Amino acid sequence: MSETKKTYWKGLEQLTNNPEFVKNSEGEFPEFLPISGDEENGPNRRDFLKVMGFGVAAASLAACEAPVRKAIPYLNKPVDVDPSVPNYYASTFISGSDYCSVVVKTREGRPIKVEGNTMSPVSGGGTSAQVEASVLSLYDEQRLQTPMINGSASTWDEVDSAVTKQLGSLGGRLVVVSNSVFSPSTQKALDLFLTKYNAEHVQYDQVSFHGMLAANEKSFGTRAIPFYDFSKAKTIVSFDADFLGGWLNHTLFNKQFAETRRLSDKKKDMSRLYSFESNLSLTGANADYRTPIRPSQEGLFVANLYNLIAAKAGAPAISAAKVDSPRLTMAAEDLWKSKASSLVVSGSNDEAVQAIVNGINNLLGAYGETIDWSATYNTRKGDDAKMAKLVNDVSKGSVTGVIFYNCNPVYDHAMGAQLGEALGSLKFSLSTSDRLDETSASVGIIAPDHHYLESWNDAEPVKGHLSLSQPTISNLFNTRQAQSSFLTWADEEADYFEFVKSNWAEWYFANQSEQADLQMFWDQCLHDGVYTVPSEEVAESPVFAGDLNAAASSVSGTYSADGSGTELILYANASVSNGIQANNPWLQEMSDPITKACWDNYLTVSPSYASEIGLNPGDMTTQKVNVSVGGKTVSVPALIQPGQARGTVGLALGYGRTKAGKVANGVGANAYPMADYSKGYQNLKLVGVTVENTGESYRVAQTQTSQTVMQRGNVIQETVLSKYQDNPYEGREMPQIYTSEGFKKPGAITLWSGHEYPNHHWGMAIDLNSCTGCGACTIACQAENNIPVVGKQEVLNRREMTWLRIDRYYSSNTDLVENAVGALAKNAAMEVAADNPEVTFQPMMCQQCNNAPCETVCPVAATTHSSEGLNQMTYNRCIGTRYCANNCPYKVRRFNWFKYHDNSEFADNTSMNNDLGKMVLNPDVTVRARGVMEKCTFCVQRVQAGKLQAKREGRRPVDGEITSACSKACPSEAIVFGDLKNKESRVAQLLKLQSNDEGEVEVGEPRAYHVLEEIRVDPNVWYFTKIRNKEKTEA
Amino acid sequence: MHAESILRKPLVTGGKTVHDVSEDICKRVEDAPPMSWLLAIAVSLGVFTIGAYAVWRTLWDGIGMWGLNKTVGWAWDITNFVWWVGIGHAGTLISAILLLFRQRWRMSINRAAEAMTIFAVICAAMFPVLHMGRPWLGFYWALPLPNTFGSLWVNFNSPLLWDVFAISTYFSVSLVFWYIGLIPDFATIRDRATNKVSKAIYGALSFGWDGAAKTWSRYETVALVLAGLATPLVLSVHTIVSFDFATSVIPGWHTTIFPPYFVAGAIFSGFAMVLTLLLITRKVYKLEDYITIQHIELMNIVIIITGSIVGVAYITELFIAWYSGVEAEQYAFLNRVSGPYWWAYWSMMTCNVISPQLFWVKKIRTNLTATFIITIIVNIGMWFERFVIIVTSLHRDYLPSSWAMFYPSWADVGVYLFTFGLFFTAYLLFSKFFPVINMAEVKSIIKSTGEKIKA
Repeated sequence: MSETKKTYWKGLEQLTNNPEFVKNSEGEFPEFLPISGDEENGPNRRDFLKVMGFGVAAASLAACEAPVRKAIPYLNKPVDVDPSVPNYYASTFISGSDYCSVVVKTREGRPIKVEGNTMSPVSGGGTSAQVEASVLSLYDEQRLQTPMINGSASTWDEVDSAVTKQLGSLGGRLVVVSNSVFSPSTQKALDLFLTKYNAEHVQYDQVSFHGMLAANEKSFGTRAIPFYDFSKAKTIVSFDADFLGGWLNHTLFNKQFAETRRLSDKKKDMSRLYSFESNLSLTGANADYRTPIRPSQEGLFVANLYNLIAAKAGAPAISAAKVDSPRLTMAAEDLWKSKASSLVVSGSNDEAVQAIVNGINNLLGAYGETIDWSATYNTRKGDDAKMAKLVNDVSKGSVTGVIFYNCNPVYDHAMGAQLGEALGSLKFSLSTSDRLDETSASVGIIAPDHHYLESWNDAEPVKGHLSLSQPTISNLFNTRQAQSSFLTWADEEADYFEFVKSNWAEWYFANQSEQADLQMFWDQCLHDGVYTVPSEEVAESPVFAGDLNAAASSVSGTYSADGSGTELILYANASVSNGIQANNPWLQEMSDPITKACWDNYLTVSPSYASEIGLNPGDMTTQKVNVSVGGKTVSVPALIQPGQARGTVGLALGYGRTKAGKVANGVGANAYPMADYSKGYQNLKLVGVTVENTGESYRVAQTQTSQTVMQRGNVIQETVLSKYQDNPYEGREMPQIYTSEGFKKPGAITLWSGHEYPNHHWGMAIDLNSCTGCGACTIACQAENNIPVVGKQEVLNRREMTWLRIDRYYSSNTDLVENAVGALAKNAAMEVAADNPEVTFQPMMCQQCNNAPCETVCPVAATTHSSEGLNQMTYNRCIGTRYCANNCPYKVRRFNWFKYHDNSEFADNTSMNNDLGKMVLNPDVTVRARGVMEKCTFCVQRVQAGKLQAKREGRRPVDGEITSACSKACPSEAIVFGDLKNKESRVAQLLKLQSNDEGEVEVGEPRAYHVLEEIRVDPNVWYFTKIRNKEKTEA
Repeated sequence: MHAESILRKPLVTGGKTVHDVSEDICKRVEDAPPMSWLLAIAVSLGVFTIGAYAVWRTLWDGIGMWGLNKTVGWAWDITNFVWWVGIGHAGTLISAILLLFRQRWRMSINRAAEAMTIFAVICAAMFPVLHMGRPWLGFYWALPLPNTFGSLWVNFNSPLLWDVFAISTYFSVSLVFWYIGLIPDFATIRDRATNKVSKAIYGALSFGWDGAAKTWSRYETVALVLAGLATPLVLSVHTIVSFDFATSVIPGWHTTIFPPYFVAGAIFSGFAMVLTLLLITRKVYKLEDYITIQHIELMNIVIIITGSIVGVAYITELFIAWYSGVEAEQYAFLNRVSGPYWWAYWSMMTCNVISPQLFWVKKIRTNLTATFIITIIVNIGMWFERFVIIVTSLHRDYLPSSWAMFYPSWADVGVYLFTFGLFFTAYLLFSKFFPVINMAEVKSIIKSTGEKIKA
């Protein structure tokens, strides 16, 4: 091609070569394309695409119908109720004669959790299993929904007119029966009613304190129970007073006792507890020295202790047959050594025994020190004689009307059957019971009371220490506060709230000077939940004036040094207790702290007794026995109980309900009728018992069947006090692993690279010395974490769902172990518990291992590690291979074998199977589906809530504000939860966390250990060695 | 051409000709099913249906139908799984490893053994799915599939995931290997078929086999390649299954000896099951000339060897437990010996260690009845071995508080029966409609080792 100078224009623009063309031609695309957005010129191509995309997405989204059902917003939102934000209200738990000051957590207006009120000097901030479970009792479908007249539903107007009409024309004796009433306003309302109708008031307690009340009346002139302070006691001797289990005010006693048991390098001394009892109780299980005795020896043991002390004090001895017990001599030595810092308590209902106990405490100078007469308990006022007389009067027809105020004597009084038969012939009978129970089923009128969580009330459990109850939910049913009923019937103003408030204005506001304004005073009291009456003068301890010789002669007449035959001791256990809340499935499935059995009561028999009656026990199988005493027979299964005193058997009260509701009816046998009233008081310790093995096979569900710890030092590490004082590492087992470079600590060799914890690192310290095994934490966990109840059959199948369990270990029978020849025989021997075993309780939950074996084996990564040291479980991802549970060395993982919610097969799981029960569910915790694994989360929802709260307030979480449900519930503060990265936190302080040379954090506390340290899963839970205050020679 | 000594005993007896082989094997396929077969399949289907009810209840109500509990999270499910996987080892071992070692006695047994392998692996695979709490999700969540749940991915640290790969690979390779071997025989049946339906079906199954020299050459190459692939799989499958236990922290599971011990055990039980089935097949189908006493004796020798390996492993475990000085480990093994499940341990010891030693006696290992009884005993023993490893290790581990017993429920038994029903139904269908002996391969040895030739 020849060269050409021809230029071909691309257009007229090039020809003219105007400046605009020159500018455009420099770009890749000479023509203008709307590539970059030009805000001034309105929407461009990209905007168009965005709008288009949004439109399509919105249109398709709008096509999907979101299934929102019944999510009704507040028309007028209450000012304090925010969705998903909990509110807390201080209140008071009152059930029968039991008391606890509580804080109630509500969500969207529903109470979902009850916790202890730390401001209460009476209950100490802890709770018990019954208190924790009480929130579920609120949502019990079996509660009465309306008042009833003669068996048919009625209205309050009808009830009121019927009551006033019938009472107006009664023309005979009218009696109000109740458990101990310790609410001053209730008492006032009752008094108004009693005056109006010239009625009498009879109080009784399921487990009577008559003996103590009567003895105190004679010894000190006051029919009351003084305030005990176990925290001041260095030596405690308990004669069958289960003050850690269910006696009087056990939540506070647990706290006080634990204070004396806590050890650190600053406090290397602890109390010593002697226990003389027949059944193995929680107190006995926690005793340093436990001596099994027969109830028929009890009085003599007390009298002999008096004589031993009297000999030292130079006081005259009382006449009593001598019992030969080295332990008793030792106890006397220790008591005398600690003098006024001693405390002797007895659970006996025999006035004479209690009088001698008073004498001992008097000789020791305990009054004014460990026993305080200025504050007396009002929670036990029952008068056995009056109650027995009432029953007889009703039978004789000399009573025309009876009102049962929140009590159920037909069931829980020994003469209940007699009373029940006579009720029909009464002209007037009324019950305020919340359900159609054994008593209310045969009364004319039922005026159901509110649940305590629906009620206004006050209480004075201890003189001068008050507390308030406030409703945390509007009454669920057409019930009415019983006090309002009484006021209505007494023709008074029925508003009980105003009644309480005006009482408080009169009684307490007027007598204080801190608050000038009544409303301020009231609000403060309501906020705190408790109020202590200021007292100016220190009350003098009343002088002991008991007639010990009379008591001694009575004791000599009743008790003998060497009893024979079989003796039966009735007791209230730590779960179902006196049976008031028997229809609560959480309590029914809570395993007894000692026997680890649930859903039944059973005759506890010693191993030797078992072979005497030809019991053939198997894996949770046993036989039913007929227990007869005083012409009454019950048929219950027998359960072997190490530590049961020879010749004695035990049986729990609170079971055998027939009209408590679907959950409780038919569970176990009623032992109340066996109690003996022949001596004028309730006697739960019965002689002349015959036990006959029927041979009928029966299965008792237990959550733990092994008795001993198999002497495994990597599980329980323990020693005695004197050794600990010499060497704080005593009792510790420190595994060493052999490597090519010699022995190393398990922590020094690892396959793991560890985790980074940039913000928090949650940990827990559990003091085996403080834990008394009461089990309040297990129910707290159940309530907090929506843990299902699986029922007896599934517990028999070993499938209870508890995330937190308390392992109970007995010491092995050392004679058998030492005499065993060969490894096989030794293993077999180790399984056998000692006759009178040492007991250790070990709360066991997910150990939140830093090197978690469960995490590596999950094929779908459903269980993973959080950046805060938590081993977290993603239910939605879980496919249920159960490999994690198998590989868990602590066996704390729980699998949803069935669908436990909305499944009629699990009707006992009331919190998930009816609309009412479901109101108790914690909305922050998923209800788990069938086929997924679950386990303790360290209450991750509480951790998150606490972190959020702190974040919203622009600060770091403060130690103590974030805590797990178990730790919060623990009355003895044995479980401490906190942030290990916060050096000031209690858990870090307890563990004495310190950085070593390599910058690693190490635990400096000699007592702290990991269970199974040698497998190096590196848990975030530490246990503190169990230390018993025993003599070195007896370790 | 493989040369063979004239001194060696003939592998096919009875003076069979090539045509006889086709006749003997194909006739079973072509004939109407005999009464005995109909009866057998009716029983199998019955068992299958009963089992299916247990499977249904398990799926509908939950794993709670089984006897498992908080302490024993695996029992019959994984016992059965490992047992079936173990049984599924013999077929591929016979066809792949013995092919590579040029053991021509395998030729008349490998078809049935491979079929058994495949059915056993199918039975085994039922359990990992059925034992899940949520199988409707688990069956695909356990696979490394991209998902819509965010950045979730399977956990490659988990031996269960390794199982997924191991079993699926083994199953697919075994299936392909087996099917490729069947193609020339399907073609034979197709060519002999007289009715249209079977002609069409076997025609389709034979993939248009034309019998050309090139086709034969390719066939043999593929067989060799697959044998090479399958050989490591035979060893790897049970090694990985053993990792489920060996990588855990549970005393009695956490054992480095497990891989070889499991593989030996698997071959042991696999050969026992092959023998059990072949002794019946041989009798019913009158295949005495193809599956000779010599075959049975050789397989019995494999059983002695692997049984002895397993026995040594048991004793080694006990020794190492003692030698380790670890309390929990020592307890776990003493508990096996004398704990509540002592009977399971001693059943295992008797069946697996003592009973195969009887095969040292030639009279016993060449006796059909004795062989039949002992092979069944061996498989009972191998079931107990897995039960002992799984249940007795779990039921009493570190913390005595959680010690518990395991009691099987009716559904445990039912699901196990279900796999038996499945297995035997499949095997019976196979033995009726597929050639039970690899005709093509057997024909290749008629000339060199057939009785007529040698005589």
